[in-house]
Amino acid sequence: MAHEMNGRKFLLQGNEAMAEGAIAAGCRFFAGYPITPASEISERMSYRLPQVDGTFIQMEDEIASLGAVIGASLAGVKSMTATSGPGFSLMQENLGYACMTEVPCVVVNVMRGGPSTGLPTSPSQGDVLQARWGTHGDHPVIVLAVSSVSECFSITVTAFNLSEKYRVPVVMLSDEVVAHSRETYTIPSADSIEVVDRIIPNVPPEWYKPYEDNSRGVPPMAAMGDGYRHHITGLVHDAYGFPTEKQDEIETFLKRQFRKITNGFFEIQITKKINIEDAEIAVIAYGSVARSARRAVAMARAHGIKAGLVQLVTLFPFPKNSVVNVMRQCRAVLVPEMNMGQISREVKRVNTGLTEVSKYNRIDGQLITPLEIFEELQKL
Amino acid sequence: MFSGMTELRHKYLRHHKKFPHVWCPGCGNGIVLGAFIRAIERLELEKDEIVFAAGIGCSGRMPTYVDFNTLHTTHGRALTFATGIKLAKPSLHVIAVMGDGDAVAIGGNHFIHAARRNLDLTAIIINNQIYGMTGGQASPTTPYGAHSTTSAFSNIEHAFSIAELAVAAGASFVARGTVYHAAQLDKLIEKGISKNGFSVVEVMSNCHVQFGRRNKMSDPVTMLNWLKEHAVSKDNGSSLPPDSLDDKFTIGILADVDKPDYIEEYKKIRQKAKRD
Ligand SMILES: Cc1ncc(C[n+]2csc(CCOP(=O)(O)OP(=O)(O)O)c2C)c(N)n1
Ligand code: SF4
Ligand SMILES: [Mg+2]
Repeated sequence: MAHEMNGRKFLLQGNEAMAEGAIAAGCRFFAGYPITPASEISERMSYRLPQVDGTFIQMEDEIASLGAVIGASLAGVKSMTATSGPGFSLMQENLGYACMTEVPCVVVNVMRGGPSTGLPTSPSQGDVLQARWGTHGDHPVIVLAVSSVSECFSITVTAFNLSEKYRVPVVMLSDEVVAHSRETYTIPSADSIEVVDRIIPNVPPEWYKPYEDNSRGVPPMAAMGDGYRHHITGLVHDAYGFPTEKQDEIETFLKRQFRKITNGFFEIQITKKINIEDAEIAVIAYGSVARSARRAVAMARAHGIKAGLVQLVTLFPFPKNSVVNVMRQCRAVLVPEMNMGQISREVKRVNTGLTEVSKYNRIDGQLITPLEIFEELQKL
Repeated sequence: MFSGMTELRHKYLRHHKKFPHVWCPGCGNGIVLGAFIRAIERLELEKDEIVFAAGIGCSGRMPTYVDFNTLHTTHGRALTFATGIKLAKPSLHVIAVMGDGDAVAIGGNHFIHAARRNLDLTAIIINNQIYGMTGGQASPTTPYGAHSTTSAFSNIEHAFSIAELAVAAGASFVARGTVYHAAQLDKLIEKGISKNGFSVVEVMSNCHVQFGRRNKMSDPVTMLNWLKEHAVSKDNGSSLPPDSLDDKFTIGILADVDKPDYIEEYKKIRQKAKRD
């Protein structure tokens, strides 16, 4: 069949690889609204989803897109939306709704320069803390960042898996460079891709408590229409899903939201380490900057500098353990970012006198080059 | 009165869990809920196949009380969630209940696009001409000249006609009823649900507490009388002199057209995509 993609080699851009990753992860619903530099994700989904009996819909705005995505997930279908800065801002209220109601979904933000309309066709990493704290209220989230076409595929699968497993929305941050670079990529065979599905209840409907705690802190999730009628609300709710104002129920509910992520911390914190074994200095980077950093580290090594790289795939919950281990070992670390220092704040926060942390920042719409990072490394 | 109402209450209400409700005594929301339940009963739909979604407001609390798949979404967005649910599981009957502020202020864009798109959903809009839940602020349907907590002197804006807006936006079925004309309301909701395509039932309702009190109608009976006196049946509306219709509104079925709904259309898209 023409639409069988697995095992075949393609020249793909990051956005297209994300769409393929989503489909491989079992995503069968996509709702979106056009925006540069994310539109190709919608476009590819509009073409691909009907081939695999999925559904694509172009909504009237990004608020509607995420609303529809949450609705489809409630009906049992893995769902995704994709946008860029302005649209991501519009999604914040419904993102909080997905947190509160524990609805799995994946939200992609292909970052461009901001604030406001900003720089629609230039890369940026300006939305990192918005991804963490953009919706109101105290809540945990999972935020992942991709740096290449192959990660656009594989990390999208991971995003769905984590979302299903922990019943949280997962935000994926890409950027204009990753989104539009083309690389050849062989889509893995279906049986080599691990796909995780949400746990569904195995008790009779009359026993089902949709928000009941368990050891993992993640209650099984029934799809609408499967006989487990219950109530879902963005109000703080009890184990049955009904609004509550009882202190003990409020605290139990909200603390479970944090606990389920803390419980899964080791699985959720994903980093890639390159040349770290004997490194004396290290770059901590994510997204397309990690790509440049990889080259910079190779350049430094060629000049006899023992440099290494920690690429953060998970940005939140902040992968403290991996970062701290590297900070213990290295006399200095460099955090290059296309913002004024959003992840470097996190790095500094977990650096309890272990090492020297310097940052390197660009906000002129240009990618940070390997040479720039190499020059910074020489100063450490 | 409907004879079997007690049985219906037992059948459909989450009576052992979620009562007393949050509504003021005499609120029109209860009448709408009654009409909705009777419509479901007459249509002989299974509880499991019904999704009842709402936005935020006094009206938004309605799904809490009934034993369906129920959803209390974000303010103004009920139709967007409903869209995702229906597309993911077309066998479900998805009904959204919204307030006037909910549906045509903050959610106005979703409302007109849902009508244009013609996905098979039913929208019940409880138009009490005010923001009830937040304490009586002016809404897009507060009449010109009326008083509210944000138009203490007089409302200088002009009201939307929700049903006519829905007709213009292309909804397949549009009706308007009132909580005074309860028997008719049952039928309008029933027709709205059974119609294939996007259907809208606007229900003129009483919020005597937040709207009536500031507009010389502080009890439910006065407000119901106001509804009775201002509603003109669609069928005899045209025979009245235009002047006498000025501050009136029509009730009945305002549009009922057949066109392919989104899901039928999308099935064809899937076939085309697979051939590609
Ligand atoms: C984004 C957002 N803005 C404002 C509110 C506050 N709010 C809650 S209900 C409501 C208005 C309700 O009026 P209406 O939709 O007419 O419903 P009613 O209470 O009259 O049934 C508002 C403004 C909110 N919940 N969310
Ligand atoms: S404030 Fe108005 S709409 Fe809300 S419950 Fe009371 S009477 Fe009904
Ligand atoms: Mg209202």
